[in-house]
Amino acid sequence: MTDMSQPPNNPNSPIGQPLRRREDQRFLTGAGQYTDDVVLPGQSYGFFLRSPYAHARINGIKLDAAKAAPGVLHIFTGADLAEAKVGGLPCGWLITSKDGTPMKEPAHPALAQGKVRHVGDQVALVVAETYLQARDAAELIEVDYDELAPVIDITTVESAGAAVHDEAPNNVCYDWGHGNKGAVDAAFAAAAHVSRLEFRNNRLIPNAMEPRAANAHYTRHDDAYTLYVTSQNPHVARLLMCAFVLGLPESKVRVVAPDVGGGFGSKIFLYPEEVALVWASKRVGRPIKWTAERGESFLTDAHGRDHATRAELAMDAKGNFLALRVHTIANMGAYLSTFASSVPTILYATLLAGQYKTPAIYAEVKAVFTNTAPVDAYRGAGRPEATYVVERMVETAARDLKMDPAQIRRQNFITSFPYATPVGLTYDTGNYAAHLDKAMQIADVAGYPARKAASAAKGKLRGLGYSCYIEACGLAPSNIAGALGARAGLFEAGEVRVHPTGTVTVFTGSHSHGQGHETTFAQVVAAKLGIAVEAVEIVHGDTGRVPFGMGTYGSRSLAVGGTAIVKAVDKVIAKGKKIAAHLLEAADTDIDFEGGEFKVKGTDKKIPFGQVALTAYVPHNYPLDKLEPGLNENAFYDPTNFTYPSGSYVCEVEVDPETGKTTVAKFVAVDDFGNIVNPMIVAGQVHGGIAQGLGQAMLEGAVYDSGSGQLLNGSYMDYTMPRADDLPSFTVDHTVTPCTHNPLGVKGCGEAGAIGSPPAFINALTDALGVKDIAMPATAEKVWRVANGIA
Amino acid sequence: MGRSDNAATRRALRGLARPARPATPLETPDVSIAISLTVNGRAVQASVDPRTLLVQLIREQLQLTGTHVGCDTAQCGACTVQMNGRAVKACSMLALQAQGASITTIEGLAPEGGLHPMQAAFRECHGLQCGFCTPGMVMAAVQLLADNPNASEAEIREGLDGNICRCTGYHNIVKAVQFCQSGQQPAAA
Repeated sequence: MTDMSQPPNNPNSPIGQPLRRREDQRFLTGAGQYTDDVVLPGQSYGFFLRSPYAHARINGIKLDAAKAAPGVLHIFTGADLAEAKVGGLPCGWLITSKDGTPMKEPAHPALAQGKVRHVGDQVALVVAETYLQARDAAELIEVDYDELAPVIDITTVESAGAAVHDEAPNNVCYDWGHGNKGAVDAAFAAAAHVSRLEFRNNRLIPNAMEPRAANAHYTRHDDAYTLYVTSQNPHVARLLMCAFVLGLPESKVRVVAPDVGGGFGSKIFLYPEEVALVWASKRVGRPIKWTAERGESFLTDAHGRDHATRAELAMDAKGNFLALRVHTIANMGAYLSTFASSVPTILYATLLAGQYKTPAIYAEVKAVFTNTAPVDAYRGAGRPEATYVVERMVETAARDLKMDPAQIRRQNFITSFPYATPVGLTYDTGNYAAHLDKAMQIADVAGYPARKAASAAKGKLRGLGYSCYIEACGLAPSNIAGALGARAGLFEAGEVRVHPTGTVTVFTGSHSHGQGHETTFAQVVAAKLGIAVEAVEIVHGDTGRVPFGMGTYGSRSLAVGGTAIVKAVDKVIAKGKKIAAHLLEAADTDIDFEGGEFKVKGTDKKIPFGQVALTAYVPHNYPLDKLEPGLNENAFYDPTNFTYPSGSYVCEVEVDPETGKTTVAKFVAVDDFGNIVNPMIVAGQVHGGIAQGLGQAMLEGAVYDSGSGQLLNGSYMDYTMPRADDLPSFTVDHTVTPCTHNPLGVKGCGEAGAIGSPPAFINALTDALGVKDIAMPATAEKVWRVANGIA
Repeated sequence: MGRSDNAATRRALRGLARPARPATPLETPDVSIAISLTVNGRAVQASVDPRTLLVQLIREQLQLTGTHVGCDTAQCGACTVQMNGRAVKACSMLALQAQGASITTIEGLAPEGGLHPMQAAFRECHGLQCGFCTPGMVMAAVQLLADNPNASEAEIREGLDGNICRCTGYHNIVKAVQFCQSGQQPAAA
């Protein structure tokens, strides 16, 4: 592979340029095509009747009146799926408990069978000529429920007196440990000081602005299905659906994820509605479309976070970290969602070293079932929870030891690479002091005391908080993931199809749902081939067009998907050299490719890329005896390591103690994402991540009633989404240590903001209030109570 | 024998989790009402079920799918269009209320193939990512500057309070509105 690990020094290269996005024209003019925009010939509409109870036994379902309602075509229940032997939804990651037993994997039927286990659980699918007819008819379905006591509080599930699943009578899915317990216990016994903290990582509802939707279509002429769906990974959705649920060959199912209006993890997973619709579309004989109302999204999109954690950090007398001990209870919700089991384990405990050389770390994680919506990956997925543990503990330690919080971080930073952490990862590169220095300088930390005094003069409280995060991205080396329990590969695929006129179509298994791949990937390919960015078209999101790939999540698209494309481009160039050698009457090994031209070394003989492309398809003068015509290559790339973006965030808040209103006065993010292809897009990713992180810290949190299991804030009137006037403008900047093991030298930027910002904010707020801790979300009411000493 | 569920109980319970949606009439009278209005400068005649929302008319009957539906409580603003020159949330009014009105959707904000200065500013400033909230956000931003051409950053943020974006953190949306205020032309991209 061409070495591109150094920042490009060619100002004419598209790499490193803030090119405006090519996808914007369609989005800005209403020409985007999202799943709900697709209307198929003969379209019918589906409505899912959902459980009003958190936990109940279904004694019977009466459908007669509903079936007779106007426009109704069909009604399906769990019994129909059971009779047709439709499988349950699978979980993609096996976690093994400390005692060697595998995690509990209760069945997850697409339509409830026997019991409902959370408010919003699917009970029946009504298909009608119009959506309103389907919804009206569902009102006529009589379900005979026996209400059962719901299991809601994750800290008491084992004594709840009820079981979400018979297979897990104490509601524990697994009880897992990671790290060296003996070494940690020994270090604690010898420590000069131990800092402790107990807290919740609040439960979040992803709230991509486009609600989930699906439109399933069975066609008789080819006995095949097409599913339009809001997915971040259409090939994964197809694989899981075909192999585990419906028993269909992949060749008979096409999954299309067209424009997708945000995902943040919540559209990774295979959802019950999708498989029910695909299965039902053949029975109904017409395409069926379902689009979630926002209320359904609140109740049934996989939620995020929801940990209860107890953490302890052991130090010597000088504040050097000796050991970290963590105990976490993680909520899985009512069913195991697609990657749920990996989030509080593989994506969490492995990150507990943070940026620090803490020599011994041990984590125990107990995952539990509750009668709430399933919980799975949400922007950051495990890494925000780990960063929150580490950065809150570090801050607490600094305060306990009366040390400067920047200094305690600095003296514990890892400084030599590669570095093997005690929790199983090997960081390839980084320079943590560099981004901390830069962030402190941009944030004018030196001027903070004067600003604090100015706030105090106005009767306001001011606080300063840091967060130095690390994440493991570029998911993932398949062999490592497999050894850790993954049931899938985590490579990516790309195909580069050069057309006779020299324009290029790139097919990628990555999926863009806001990230701007159509622009960024085109920049990479154009730079490598020395052609205009406009000559490169990026195609994604259609299993009928793109090679089998794993999709977009975990900040992996450029590091893994981009590398697959680079590898395919390298094959194109290698073949192009052979064609050029023939045309230029030189040896293959004497051909260089540079700036879009094939050249004979040491001569002025050259031929442009476009002419080689044309020759490949019009092979009149071509080495047909030893080379196939055409210029079309594909590649799969499986990374050799994770990538490790890191950064330092500085947050400054001002609190009005009379109202509890907290204003983010300053937010500085300095990230090391390695090389950057499009700095405009990268900054945008950071802005959005910070907004979600500040949303978690200040505003958001799902609230389930502990008695009834009802979601109490299931709408935008109750669940506080960050709005424009809740947030400040952000200052974002970069340092660069290129990733050492992918050809672009890139690390990934999608999740950083959401990972680094919650502890930065809470560290600042607790500093302002002079308290050890405050629970997220730190709403105005909570802040007001703390500021005024009111319980 | 368990407790028999019925629609009324279910609606009441659902209210806890999914508030403030108008109850759906079980017996829908089979009546359609003719409506005529102007959409993006073109005269439109349609026949609608009386409970049809304006956004449903726009998306489903007129196939103008640039106007989006992001919530069911008139909170997110993805459905914002102009009616008689004022920004309205098309999910919170009936199609019948637009009888005789002039509607402009995102598709009609600029002449075919062109961009309104606000659309161009969003592109220039990277004020959109997934694009789903974008049409409504642009329509709201146009209204904002029509009402207050010299809005400060704080006024811009307050003025966009009725539109939710999950991708951008609003940073570049605010920049886009400010760029539009400045009257600058986007650099050739």
